[in-house]
Amino acid sequence: MLEIECPWCGACDQSEFSYGGEAHIARPKTPADLSDQEWGDYLFNRENPKGWHREQWCHTAGCRRWFNAVRDTVTCRIKAYYRMGAVPPEEDGR
Amino acid sequence: MAALTAARSGARVIVADEQSEFGGGLLGTGIEVGGMVARKWVQKMVEALAKWPEVMMLSRSTVTGYHDHNFLVINERRTHHLSNPASLMSRERMWRVRAKQVVLATGAIERPLVFTDNDRPGVMLASAVSVYMKRYAAVPGRSLVVFTNNDSAYRVVHDAIDAGVVVKGVVDLRDDGVSAAADAARCAGVPVYLGHAVTAVKSNFRGVKRINIGRLSADGRSVVAHKGAIECDVLAMSGGWNPTVHLHAQSGGRPVFDETNACFFPGVSVQAERSTGACAGEFDLSLCLVRAVEAASEALRQVGIDPVTVDTPGTAQHSEAPLRALWSIPGDPVMPRGKKFVDYQNDTTEADIRLAAREGYRSIEHVKRYTALGFGTDQGKLGNVNGMAILADALGQSPGAIGTTTYRPNYTPVTFGAIAGRAVGEVLFDPIRRTPMHEWHVEKGAAFEDVGQWKRPWYYPLPGEDREKAVSRECLATRQSVGILDASTLGKIEITGRDAAELLDRIYTNAWKSLSVGRCRYGLMLGEDGMVMDDGVTSRLSEHRYLMTTTTGGAAHVLNWLERWLQTEWPELEVFLTSVTDRWSVTSIAGPKSRELLESLSEGIDLSPETLPFMSFCEGHVAGIAARVFRISFSGEVAYEINVSADQGLSLWRTVMEAGKPFGITPYGTDAMHVLRAEKGYVIVGQDTDGSVTPIDLGMDWIVSKKKDFIGKRSLSRADTARANRKQLVGLKTENSTVVLPEGAQLVNGFSSSRPVPMVGHVTSSYFSATLGYSIALALIKGGRARLGGTVYAPLLDGQLIKATITEPVFYDSDNVRQRD
Repeated sequence: MLEIECPWCGACDQSEFSYGGEAHIARPKTPADLSDQEWGDYLFNRENPKGWHREQWCHTAGCRRWFNAVRDTVTCRIKAYYRMGAVPPEEDGR
Repeated sequence: MAALTAARSGARVIVADEQSEFGGGLLGTGIEVGGMVARKWVQKMVEALAKWPEVMMLSRSTVTGYHDHNFLVINERRTHHLSNPASLMSRERMWRVRAKQVVLATGAIERPLVFTDNDRPGVMLASAVSVYMKRYAAVPGRSLVVFTNNDSAYRVVHDAIDAGVVVKGVVDLRDDGVSAAADAARCAGVPVYLGHAVTAVKSNFRGVKRINIGRLSADGRSVVAHKGAIECDVLAMSGGWNPTVHLHAQSGGRPVFDETNACFFPGVSVQAERSTGACAGEFDLSLCLVRAVEAASEALRQVGIDPVTVDTPGTAQHSEAPLRALWSIPGDPVMPRGKKFVDYQNDTTEADIRLAAREGYRSIEHVKRYTALGFGTDQGKLGNVNGMAILADALGQSPGAIGTTTYRPNYTPVTFGAIAGRAVGEVLFDPIRRTPMHEWHVEKGAAFEDVGQWKRPWYYPLPGEDREKAVSRECLATRQSVGILDASTLGKIEITGRDAAELLDRIYTNAWKSLSVGRCRYGLMLGEDGMVMDDGVTSRLSEHRYLMTTTTGGAAHVLNWLERWLQTEWPELEVFLTSVTDRWSVTSIAGPKSRELLESLSEGIDLSPETLPFMSFCEGHVAGIAARVFRISFSGEVAYEINVSADQGLSLWRTVMEAGKPFGITPYGTDAMHVLRAEKGYVIVGQDTDGSVTPIDLGMDWIVSKKKDFIGKRSLSRADTARANRKQLVGLKTENSTVVLPEGAQLVNGFSSSRPVPMVGHVTSSYFSATLGYSIALALIKGGRARLGGTVYAPLLDGQLIKATITEPVFYDSDNVRQRD
């Protein structure tokens, strides 16, 4: 079980959080203009990298705020947290 | 030593030891530490540690798992050793620990030798023989032979002599470099056979009787001369030691092979842990104690604590000569019989592993699964390294190149009871949610149904009634006069803020900005994939204030869903969400007499259809209680949902029941509610839908806006979502009107020669309608909308084939006259 630092509440056990998947996937402004292929890409396709991954988490059983984390998908080490809308920190190797 | 260093430096410490008493390997030796017997020294250390209030000493406690972010799971066995434990005492306890720093001092496990007949009763690990004698004062036999490839096994020679056991000899695989240990044995009068091996073990039902030994060739691959037989009843063997690297490996480290000691050492630490002592490959006791202090000091510095200096005691242990790694020991050259066991739990032999190699297996993970090496409750603690080395030999590689299999939690088996912990029984497994009116339902003998965490009345049987009769009575009473339902469990979310209507517009498929204050509207929510996710009625309480209702089971999910969009995608919207599900109790009255009943109780509310039409609401007092009255209907009758604050819910309910007596008011449960709504063709999200159903599939095109965008809209025109023969919602009427189809029944077009018979759909809801006098069902059928009037069949498990006609999904009052009345 990971220990996750909510930017508002501090470090709490993973069981208090829910996972939101890859971060920075902007919803297309006008979905109607997209081809099936493009829309399917937005809907289903994710990077799934081995290594650093920017992802969304929500402190569901706490303050209910969403935030971003940069986690290594191999070691589960989390090296940065940042709020929604904030500029993501520099990343190694990507 | 590590714990004492940490404690004295001011750290909070947990010492977890899987054994019943602290001391590990020292408990089974005669070694002296700090000028006293090891056991005594251990006792002193434990006493010293116990004085520190921030030190928790857990014996009978195994660290079974080392998980991410230094999360450790300790399984403590509390009552197994007690003859008469307190009746309420838990048998085991699961400690979940988030450690800042971890020092692993898990020791090492002695390795068996792989030789012919090594599974005979009486063939034991040398350390086990010592532990029996030194720790438990029990001799495993009267005459002993030791078979070893290293110095550590020579200890058992002296332990045995101390215990009065005759030591017949030491058979040592090593040839040259006669060690001090061998000399010491000889001085004690024990013959030492260097460069020899045990080639066979003779035994009867009582155990070992005799062993044969032979002279090894220089390369150790064959026996060149038979030396003779030795009578004995115990054979103590030692093939060296395997550091217990399991927890290190679980933490993400990769063990590396050490050629000198012929075993796997911990690799680079990934988490905040370090290994010390034998589990780090340090087999010298004095050095182990020094290293332990060093390890603790390093851990302390990592968390900003200045370590105090702790002196370590000297020991009388001598340095050891290196071992000889001979992974499989040749048997009798003349009569090669018997098996060489590698994994004692799974009877995996040396021959099995070589066979796997000959058959082309290369990866140790594949060989494991082919031979069962390392399965079972010991997970290869005895045999794995031997097995890997034999595979390496067969493939002409080094054991380091073969590597280990994956070390997974748990280190030793854990009972389900320990994992479940306190989450047992009615009370503690999961929270139970009860409505404010629960007590009344219990009084009236309601049968309950679990909906999510809620207890909802299912039906209210009168004496002598079964479920079917009760439900029919409840339905008829509601259709004919008035029924009352506890609808408090419906999810309720208050949505406020300048952009509340904009949020609703984006979330729901239909338009919301046109909804005026005081009116209610049904809404359907889709996932971004276009599939129906939830539904409910939302009312506009005031200019920027809405009350959304959700399905009972979907409430939490919907709240999270809305919150997510607001926070991640649309932070510019000024909207605030509050869950008010528990804040309000909801008494729903439905039926042609409901208006008359409510009129008798209301103050300041005009219930006339002109003032309070269908799909509108008003505020006022009901039975003297401040209330919101919503005129919405899930039954198809004139119906009112009376919301009062939760603490007044029971009082209101009782008053309504009293006032309803002249109308024969009848409480109904979820079962009757389901029948009533199915008669009207109203879907239940999660019953008639399953995450693969679009609003179009449900025939609800009317609620899908063409003009605006909303979540999921684009997906509705994807090729697969828009194709013609998707499963669509229809009604079914069975040919024999009394037969009720089972929910979930598959539907086919009839007899077919192809197997399996093509399935065209399935039944989602099915009931006997007392109102209509025949059975009704809702079903999802491929291209169903185009097949109205057609026939399908439901083959049942008992072989029956039920014929049914496809109909519109609305069976009752299809013009919606009654609920608008």
